[in-house]
Amino acid sequence: MRALRRLLGFLTLVGIAFAGVVVYRRRFMARKERVDLYYDDDSLVSYEEGSDGAGTLLPLSHDVLRAARS
Amino acid sequence: MDAAQALSELTEISSQIEAACLLDGDGGLLASTLPNEGAAGRFAAAAGALLRGARAARTAGAPLVQLEAAALDGSVFLVLEGDRAVVAVTKPEPTVGLVFYDLKSCLRAAAVAGDGDGKPRPKARKRDKSASESAA
Repeated sequence: MRALRRLLGFLTLVGIAFAGVVVYRRRFMARKERVDLYYDDDSLVSYEEGSDGAGTLLPLSHDVLRAARS
Repeated sequence: MDAAQALSELTEISSQIEAACLLDGDGGLLASTLPNEGAAGRFAAAAGALLRGARAARTAGAPLVQLEAAALDGSVFLVLEGDRAVVAVTKPEPTVGLVFYDLKSCLRAAAVAGDGDGKPRPKARKRDKSASESAA
């Protein structure tokens, strides 16, 4: 009986840790950086991390963030 | 209302905005919320470079009016109107529509600075992000 309780406790801990990893991955790992450009004709161009446009604009955006917080 | 006053009102009403600066059409600094002149200059220079880079992304067609760059550690917003631009830095995952609305209001407030009627205008009320979201 005692061994079964220990096993259940262990499995509960493993389950909680697994759920924590899943939540963490969804919250932080899946997020991608992007730049959205809005034009006067109501069109929108979105550059996601890894695209050519983002390759230029994301580093410039990081510079702005750094400069504003320095 | 002058440009500096419009910016200070902007950071007062929007709890999401950490810092902002007002630029002329060429990216020159008009006003900033950063107290240190050197830091304000670096902020404006970086914002001006972003403005030029964003404009260069599409040379033909309609002109650029807004930009949002969402990074993991925060977001950068840029709104252009006439010969002025306002650039703001926020925490990660801000309420995008609200930030754009506040930046446009700021630009308009700064634009009427030259009307010279000298009449006092009502102060904007402080708005809390959580209150705005619960109201929606």
